[in-house]
Amino acid sequence: MANFNLQINGKTHTVDVEGDTPLLWVLRDHLGLVGTKYSCGIAQCGACMVHINGEAVTSCMLPVSSIGSDKVTTIEGLSEEGNHPVQEAWNEVDVAQCGYCQAGQIMVAAALLKKNPKPSTEEIENGMNRNICRCGTYHRIREAVALASSKLK
Amino acid sequence: MANLTKTNRRDFLKIAAMAGGGLFIGFNLSSCDSPKMKVLSTAEILSKALGFNSYLSISPEGHIVIYSPNPELGQNIKTSFPMIVAEELDADWKDVRVVQAFLDTENYDRQVTGGSGAMPHSWERLRKAGATARHMLVAAAAAKLEVPANSLTTEKGVIFHKDSGKKLTYGEVATEASLLTAPEEITLKDIKDFKIIGTPVKNVDNQAMFTGKPLFGLDFYREGMLHAMIQRPPFGMKLKSVNDVAAKGVKGIVDVVTFKNNVAVVGNSTWPLIQARKLLKIEYEADGSVESSSDHDRIFQELLDGKEAQVMRKDGNVDLAFKNAAQVIKSEYQCPFLSHTPMEPMNFFADVRADKVELVGPTQTPDRARSETAELLGIPPENISVELTRLGGGFGRRLRADFVVEAVELSKMMKAPVKVTWSREDDMTGGAYRPAVRYRFEAALDEQGNMIGYKLRGAGINAGNSTRQDNFPSGSVDNLLIESVEHKSPITTNPWRAPITNFLAYAEQAFLDEVAFAAKKDPVKFRLELLERAKKSPVGEIKYDVDRMIGVIELAAEKSQWGKNGNLHQGFSVYYSHRSYVAQVADVEINKGNPVLKKIYAVTDCGIVVNPTGADQQVRGGIVDGMGHAMFSNLTFENGVPKQKNFDSYRLIRMKEVPEIEVHFVQNGIDPTGLGEPALPPTGGAIANAIFKATGKRLRSQPFVEQQEFSEINLELRMT
Ligand code: FES
Ligand code: FES
Repeated sequence: MANFNLQINGKTHTVDVEGDTPLLWVLRDHLGLVGTKYSCGIAQCGACMVHINGEAVTSCMLPVSSIGSDKVTTIEGLSEEGNHPVQEAWNEVDVAQCGYCQAGQIMVAAALLKKNPKPSTEEIENGMNRNICRCGTYHRIREAVALASSKLK
Repeated sequence: MANLTKTNRRDFLKIAAMAGGGLFIGFNLSSCDSPKMKVLSTAEILSKALGFNSYLSISPEGHIVIYSPNPELGQNIKTSFPMIVAEELDADWKDVRVVQAFLDTENYDRQVTGGSGAMPHSWERLRKAGATARHMLVAAAAAKLEVPANSLTTEKGVIFHKDSGKKLTYGEVATEASLLTAPEEITLKDIKDFKIIGTPVKNVDNQAMFTGKPLFGLDFYREGMLHAMIQRPPFGMKLKSVNDVAAKGVKGIVDVVTFKNNVAVVGNSTWPLIQARKLLKIEYEADGSVESSSDHDRIFQELLDGKEAQVMRKDGNVDLAFKNAAQVIKSEYQCPFLSHTPMEPMNFFADVRADKVELVGPTQTPDRARSETAELLGIPPENISVELTRLGGGFGRRLRADFVVEAVELSKMMKAPVKVTWSREDDMTGGAYRPAVRYRFEAALDEQGNMIGYKLRGAGINAGNSTRQDNFPSGSVDNLLIESVEHKSPITTNPWRAPITNFLAYAEQAFLDEVAFAAKKDPVKFRLELLERAKKSPVGEIKYDVDRMIGVIELAAEKSQWGKNGNLHQGFSVYYSHRSYVAQVADVEINKGNPVLKKIYAVTDCGIVVNPTGADQQVRGGIVDGMGHAMFSNLTFENGVPKQKNFDSYRLIRMKEVPEIEVHFVQNGIDPTGLGEPALPPTGGAIANAIFKATGKRLRSQPFVEQQEFSEINLELRMT
């Protein structure tokens, strides 16, 4: 075991875990940040997306030892009051069915819009194709990303 | 009114205290639109709320708490059930908080999610729950204002006395009203007066879901609980030996224990479990038939050719009809096993104590979770509580309680609270699949192209009855024989969204397309002719509503401009399941020589649409689900173990592969019928039939992408 000082959602958290522990399990089991979801564990579905220095990254295969001083943002830290334009758009479009994939979807969408605030439909589809939604909310996801884009000043 | 128990205040305080952890409580985002304003927590509201019945409490401040008893897995029940109570109550939706109820068989009926049955089952009782409470509030207001109750009207949580201009809020009379006795008889609203039902109401868990609040089973943590993962045996095998020395040496592992052919690693957090499992050395030995997919291919053939089969329905004389036929069409359709793969893998929490058991987690059947636990432990069910979390999908997999009782076993063995987590690999290899089935269809046509004979034999692996003998086209054909035959296998199967019909509908609707083609008839006209026949002179018993079926067919033809656009190749499909009717049309267009799946139209008759936004989701979701699995997903076996273990080899549909979908509902004011499943069955048929129209190739087995014919047609799938 070793101590790691992690910069998560603007705060420093110290955890004592094995270095190969994926960030996902550090967040969930050790820090109580359960918004980041487990579904496949092999970087195929996007349920476990977080931002590392603003980039959307799957956390299920990311060893905690590789993070260093990188800035981690989870769904809990995306906005202070749950009012990030993507979160608002997700509510307005009423995107979720079961909801399990949606935190990951939102994290990918937020990173996508940060890089490309006015994506074309095709760019949205390409960007969001990383994430699986087993419930099939894809049309609404696309609509919500476009709506969030229109909300960005 | 036996279903509405007058619950006393103490009970609600008890529930409030249990819910006090802040978990699993849904509320309207609209009610906390401005987060700077102090929003009372649901626990705070509940501590003052007065119980009217098992669905409803109202606080003196006018907050309305509605309990939603059924498990929520994405079918929107946690929003749409309370809408119905609020409608008859004449509540302001903004005042409503929704609380997921625990399992409570005394106060609720059928706390199950499955079979698209919740809405038809509860429609009336939810309306009565709201209406009787409204009646009590009005009676209390009448007493307070000293006016007759029938001189009062209600709107958005306020009671008005028109003549005097006086008004009282529900909160102001809640205390007195809650002490009154609920009326035995109550008049429900005329549906044309609905103000909440029929309007799009957003999911009550939106805010929690979109900000990462604990909500799902896997999000449940308890101080001091142990984590466990289980290695389960291949199908048809049992445990021979376990070497757990290396696994036990992993830091964070507390113990490795075995029970009932399972080997469980138990530890303090999840990652060490994943690591330790890789180090387990387990030997298994045969304990029954150890099967591979190649065995199933052989078994299907034997069952279809064999003499033995159970006759499910027989009308007229099929032998004679086929002997006299001018033309006979015969085809076989086959589907593979499928995993349910909800995005949240199976998991459950159990805390077994000497005098009580606490269960928490995602289940579609909390009552079954409790009764199997009671049976396992030999204790009365009253000693077991079941708290429902939100379910990250279910699709039928969580109808079982296998994942509950293992947590119970482990908690008992470890003498500690335990949460069992299934890895995705466990979820895909640990069983209970959509059964694999092969169907053989035969149709006899006379000289004029009328279908005079119809035969279907379904051969399934642990599929039970793989037919739905009374569904269309039964009732419309003079001579008909439906048979079912089953192979019993150690591979476990389970209802999978739209059980049996999820594939049968495709096979049947694709086969009918073949028959229509052979009869040189338009596929829509062909179906309508059969239905007219069923209406005028039904053959045998008819268990579907012919007019509602005709209704969706005609509307789908109209909305899709069936046959009107010469550049489009359209495929038609219609199916009745779970009390609802859905017709679908798929459009395939040729673009630079390649067929492109452009669009799917769906017309649904599920009676009154309670929540249009949720209903649209169910139809879309059903279509995407139906299409994705028809196209891509395949679970094959080798020596009792699935070859596909995760999303790298088991393909699920992604955003870029779904076409445009246009959703319509028939407006007929009939009481609501099912919607979680009925939109899925017709999809595969509509797509396969459109592909045939465009390319002349018939896709008769799933997944499509693995068929020889498919590789020849270069079908393009894209969203835009
Ligand atoms: S859980 Fe990380 S990508 Fe699926
Ligand atoms: S909403 Fe259920 S998996 Fe996406």
